[in-house]
Amino acid sequence: MAKVPGLVKGLGVTLGTLFETVTKGANTVQYPHEKESPPTRARGVIALHEGNCTSCMLCARSCPDWCIYIEGHKELAPPRREGGKPRQVNKLDRFDIDYALCMYCGICVEVCPFDALFWSPEYEYSEPRIADLLHDKAKLSEWMETVPEAPELEAGAEKKKK
Amino acid sequence: MITAMGELSMVLAVLAFEAPYWGQSLLRVLGGIVAVLLPAGTIVYVFLFKMMSFMQSRLGPMEAGPYGSLQLVAEVGKWLQKEDIVPERADARIFKMAPIIVLVSTFLLVAVVPFGPDAWFTNFEAGIFYALAVSSLSVLGILMAGWASANKYSLLGGLRAAGQLIAYELPMVLAVIGVIIQAETMNLQQIVIAQNAGSIFGFDGLGNPYIITQFVGFIVFMIAIQAELTQAPFDMPIAESELVSGYMTEYSGFRFLIFFIGEFATAGVFALIASVLFLGGWGVPFAWFGWTDVDSVDNWMNIVGPVIMLTKMMLVTFLIMWVRFSYPRFREDQLQKFAWKVLIPISLGNIALTSIFKVVM
Amino acid sequence: MSITDRVLGDRQRLAYIASQAADSRLNVELETEGMTLNIGPQHPATHGTLRIIARLDGEQVVWAEPSCGYMHRGYEKLAEVRTYPQVTTLVNRIDWLGSFANEVPFILAAEKLMDVEAPARAQHIRTILFELSRIANVSLFLGDLGVQMGAITPVFFAFRDREYVLNLIEGATGGRFHPNFDRIGGLKDDLPKGWIAETKAVMKKLRTFCDQIEELLFGNEIFQSRTRGIGVIPRDIALQYGLSGANLRASGVDWDLRRDHALPMAWNKVDWKVWTHPDGDSFARCWVRLQETREATKIVDQLLDTIPSGPIMAKVPKIIKVPEGEAWVSTENPLGEMGYYVVSRGELGPFRVKIRSASFNNISVTPWVLRGVYVPDIVTILASLYFILGDIDR
Repeated sequence: MAKVPGLVKGLGVTLGTLFETVTKGANTVQYPHEKESPPTRARGVIALHEGNCTSCMLCARSCPDWCIYIEGHKELAPPRREGGKPRQVNKLDRFDIDYALCMYCGICVEVCPFDALFWSPEYEYSEPRIADLLHDKAKLSEWMETVPEAPELEAGAEKKKK
Repeated sequence: MITAMGELSMVLAVLAFEAPYWGQSLLRVLGGIVAVLLPAGTIVYVFLFKMMSFMQSRLGPMEAGPYGSLQLVAEVGKWLQKEDIVPERADARIFKMAPIIVLVSTFLLVAVVPFGPDAWFTNFEAGIFYALAVSSLSVLGILMAGWASANKYSLLGGLRAAGQLIAYELPMVLAVIGVIIQAETMNLQQIVIAQNAGSIFGFDGLGNPYIITQFVGFIVFMIAIQAELTQAPFDMPIAESELVSGYMTEYSGFRFLIFFIGEFATAGVFALIASVLFLGGWGVPFAWFGWTDVDSVDNWMNIVGPVIMLTKMMLVTFLIMWVRFSYPRFREDQLQKFAWKVLIPISLGNIALTSIFKVVM
Repeated sequence: MSITDRVLGDRQRLAYIASQAADSRLNVELETEGMTLNIGPQHPATHGTLRIIARLDGEQVVWAEPSCGYMHRGYEKLAEVRTYPQVTTLVNRIDWLGSFANEVPFILAAEKLMDVEAPARAQHIRTILFELSRIANVSLFLGDLGVQMGAITPVFFAFRDREYVLNLIEGATGGRFHPNFDRIGGLKDDLPKGWIAETKAVMKKLRTFCDQIEELLFGNEIFQSRTRGIGVIPRDIALQYGLSGANLRASGVDWDLRRDHALPMAWNKVDWKVWTHPDGDSFARCWVRLQETREATKIVDQLLDTIPSGPIMAKVPKIIKVPEGEAWVSTENPLGEMGYYVVSRGELGPFRVKIRSASFNNISVTPWVLRGVYVPDIVTILASLYFILGDIDR
């Protein structure tokens, strides 16, 4: 026990932290009374903009877990101008994302060519039953209200063409 | 305050109401239970939950009651409602007896601690001798728990505990001998009075707390207590990262609660004994109020005394817990080397020096 | 009692008497059997479900062997039926603490096959995120080291300061633990505004954290007596068993893939030092990792000052089909050397991916190093070797 200072300095660190916590408060965020807001890009839940979706199935195919279920049918919509042909449009019957399987990887949001899927930082949607984690079309459209604007990029970034 | 009320009621019963002997005994038993469980509860809440959480830069329990003050009640309730499991191949009788032995040694230990000039459970002449002897009972309980659990981890923990606790009994005893020599008595009440009525080189403003003259003895005693309580850095028997919980692994429900409360109750009682031996116990220096010996101490000291004891106990416990949360643990053989090769020679030297000074001065 | 009962009863009784006689014979010969301890799949000391079978003589280990595989998730098989972006997502979860670092060698191997190089800005930011994941991983190691030794306080400091790094990674990529940010040809997105300034502030906090850990843990005499001279792995044994990363550097081998392999990343553009230690004991391994964390903060600081502007993604087709070929790329991950051998047949996904993970080789040295140590030293040595179960078992 020749060099006592090492042991004593260690005690000093803990005592210092004690005073720091008492005077300045701890780093703890007391959930559920206080809630932290996650950053803008946080991957909380996926929202669906139904108007843009054409059931091209790219998202369902590229999901690593195959957790997106899409069913649609083609309908004849009235022509855009007088005397034209009726055009075929895709109508979504079913667009479910099973959040019990979802890996939150974001591949579906990335590959969608029509900007129909968006990320939202919402994270408080846990359910007592696993079956309730299958969000259907209506619920996914509700999440659209929580989608934030894309954040501004740092200096030196190239402007995206999209 | 509740300790004070317990002591006061007991004292009043003894002095004023002239309760029959069985009544006095009953009050003493109740007071004893309060005097043990209250420090345990205080230590667990204030130190373990809150103060150490602040040391780790977090808040500790905050949900149960305001600022988490009812967390201990919640913990007790939680442990009580768990299933009581006795492993199939465990030796059931010894398995069930072990926690009780550990707790009983704590209660026996608090019987000799004085809380005030008249607030004591028994004024035992060989007080400290009895205390040291009875504190060794817990070793038996731990060994029983380790062996009877039919679990290799518990066995390792129990055997480590046996070696460690017996090894650290010696420095504890030897550290205390210095105090005995200086106080010329083994009676804990007399030791308190000797400290508070005494003076250092004629200056009696501080009394004569033995922490100043027996500084080496104090350090050795604190280290020995840390080892006796199996707290880090001497918590090899529990060694959470290796032995899961050492000798306590197979216990659940009420039996684990007894071990848990027993651990902190013993910490509290040892802290009480440390404050009696080294910090002046329940008293303040008599010179402040012009008292000369125990009979001239005012009666209100019977109420203030326990409060002062509680404060000093919390100071000592803060030291114990501070070290516990800051240091990693020793390995078993390093532990033993430290006890036999370092602590015992130092405390022997301390005794020699104290005796020389006592005879010369 | 039927005849069967009586017969069985007699047989059982005879067997019992025979075993007692055998025991007493053993005791008479003063040869007591050692105890076999299962430091089992569920244990606070192993970082996950690792099983170490140890034969003990009292408190000393006579023979020890690791038994892994409890967490095998079949990554290499899964990769055979996934496309490249999907495999990138999966591969995040191998070493889940330093997650961005898992994606990088795989993407670099695919880029090698496609003969495509990410633009300079992407390489730069890739390196920054790589070093951030190293900091996140190793700062948890420093805290966990305390817990294995018995000091319960450093781990809280580690988690507290690691949160800042995880928030940074979340701000840039969207995921704290599984960023899934690397793409063939560059990165998915550029950095959000204010990220550079925030990262600089966090690096300062982490340097304070390293100083705190050094004072609280490394300077502690008890810690030093627990780790110095324990689990010495000499230089040639370390090389033979294929150790990598800090374990190798702590045995005195000056080997760091960031400096020694030419990869399209930005390490050669900054000024940094490779830390080695001659001792090869547990203290050396822990110390090297502490210094590496400090060094990583300095690397990040320098990189932040010199990010070039430009595009974040090279010109690659939307649907990527990697041409035929085989490529091997390995990088200096937080745990050691991690490499991917990608075999491609020109399809949307790889034909076969072989993952060389650092921890699998790191624990292969356990039977050698755990001979003759005490039970507490098992924990010390495992803690200092530092493995993640996801990395061992994949």
